[in-house]
Amino acid sequence: MPDSVMQNSFHLDAVPIRLERCGKTFAGGARALEPLDLTIRGGETIVFLGPSGCGKTTTLRIIAGLESPDPDGRVLFGEEDVTALPIERRNVGMVFQSYALFPNMTVAENVAYGLKVRKIARADRGRRVEEMLDLMHLGEFAGRRIDQLSGGQRQRVALARALVVRPRVLLLDEPLTALDAKLRDSLRLEIDRLLRGLGITAVYVTHDQGEAMALGDRIVVMAKGRVAQVGTPREIYYQPADGFVADFIGTMNRLGGLSRGGTLSIGSATLPWSGPEGAVELLVRPEDLALAGEADGHLGGTVAAAVFLGDRTRLVVEPADGPALTVDAAGRSELGRGDRVWLRVDPARVLAVP
Amino acid sequence: MHSLSNRRGWGFWLQLGFTLLVCALLTVPMAMSMLAGLTANYFVGLKSGLTLHWVDEVLRVYSGTILLSLQIAFACLACTLVLGVPAAYALARRPGRIARLVEEMLMMPVAIPGLATALALIVTYGGVGDLRSSWLFILIGHVLFTLPFMVRAVLAVMGSIDLTTLEEGAASLGAGFLRRFATVVLPNCRSGILAGSLMVLTLSVGEFNLTWLLHTPLTKTLPVGLADSYASLRIEIGSAYTLVFFLMIVPSLILMQGLFRRGRPSV
Repeated sequence: MPDSVMQNSFHLDAVPIRLERCGKTFAGGARALEPLDLTIRGGETIVFLGPSGCGKTTTLRIIAGLESPDPDGRVLFGEEDVTALPIERRNVGMVFQSYALFPNMTVAENVAYGLKVRKIARADRGRRVEEMLDLMHLGEFAGRRIDQLSGGQRQRVALARALVVRPRVLLLDEPLTALDAKLRDSLRLEIDRLLRGLGITAVYVTHDQGEAMALGDRIVVMAKGRVAQVGTPREIYYQPADGFVADFIGTMNRLGGLSRGGTLSIGSATLPWSGPEGAVELLVRPEDLALAGEADGHLGGTVAAAVFLGDRTRLVVEPADGPALTVDAAGRSELGRGDRVWLRVDPARVLAVP
Repeated sequence: MHSLSNRRGWGFWLQLGFTLLVCALLTVPMAMSMLAGLTANYFVGLKSGLTLHWVDEVLRVYSGTILLSLQIAFACLACTLVLGVPAAYALARRPGRIARLVEEMLMMPVAIPGLATALALIVTYGGVGDLRSSWLFILIGHVLFTLPFMVRAVLAVMGSIDLTTLEEGAASLGAGFLRRFATVVLPNCRSGILAGSLMVLTLSVGEFNLTWLLHTPLTKTLPVGLADSYASLRIEIGSAYTLVFFLMIVPSLILMQGLFRRGRPSV
């Protein structure tokens, strides 16, 4: 996609979004969302990530205006309080998991719909639709019916339809979930480039941590209607706020350790330590456990499984005691089931949970 | 499966024979009746010659009933569209126990014998103004009887598309309720509305049970006239009358079949 063209001819305002005490209790009394305070910066792409039922979609629908928050919650776009406005008066762009394209209209008619609603003159409308279709590589499909398109093409039409009206914010509700893996990757890249190029404030909901890491300037990890952590992908990955976040994002090993007077004992080894004292649970990423020799290793174990992944070999190592550990070794590693290995732990890359 | 059905064993011929027999059982009387309407003298038989005389006679004597039937059918269609489509929409958008209950209640006029419904209408509304002697009284009965068919047909289509998300999509683009209803809901339910419309027209034109009790000598519909002619006139006239009825109803039935076939998912 020609980024420069896109940036010059089509750039959108970066409106910040503020959520104040936005909770949601459904009619039956079930709490879908605990009161939430969050500021989304103008132009930022924020990703709500969590398992199903964590409240991420409810939050998106509150921002969109498809659900209203509990009485004392407020939603602000910039300085404007939009809490009382229904979705049709909020000027948002929305992309749905199931596309929500109108089967009774062609691709071009779908994209023109929002412009028609806004009473844009026919000539201007035609030009803007054409421009948007070109931007999304959909020019040749303008006259097609929706049921003649593939899933990826449909979602691109949905994006075009949402963006052509120049919305204040773009809301995406699991837009890639209905697509197959390969298409998902390529469309994710396209969405990423689009969001960077447009400079629009975007809220993206997904249960896929890979998507969240790739797209989000910041990620809001949610669990059971609560925010578990807000942070950049790096913060979420390297400094998870709690065990839930650590387990939900990537793979995390858990090691038992004992720290006393500036040292930490893991297995038979003793390391210098500046973290909390006493019995601690240590969280270590697979790539932060290094293979070592018997002399400089901290932990001994037996390889229980080795999975060749091309660029690396993922080992499952069973230490003498404690749960199995996942370790990343070089792709060319010849280690296999039953081999005896030693592991080194870098104390600087270990996270301690008392 | 394919190669199996190509091997035509005795089972195939048995089934074919049975199917043809059932078809004959249904169609031969109809064909005989239509033929009778074109025969100069039914008791003499075909050798008396074919004629349009009886059809002509029917059109002369009974054209009033035919026109009234059409008038009621189209008025009934208008009413069921205005009442039925929004009702189906409301039921589709609010799935729940109450919606299901309302749906079942709507089916009641179909389950209860038409005579009973008609009697209830006469007892309840027969004394209201000139209603009893007006064609509107028949219309009320027909709307009551055909409304469930319209609602069901539209509801079936609404249930097969994700109406809620489509509407949310339209709303996100700035469309208010009326615009969404006109540009997204109605066009995407077109096949259901068309199927329901043809059903209502056909049922209304052919309705006898209710109409027989609700009509007055001045508000005779086609089926009531048909019953009269069978009861009191030459069999040729009754048969010619049936022929006219067929000519009115068969095209819409064929159209309806076509619609149902197109409405089926192609995948």
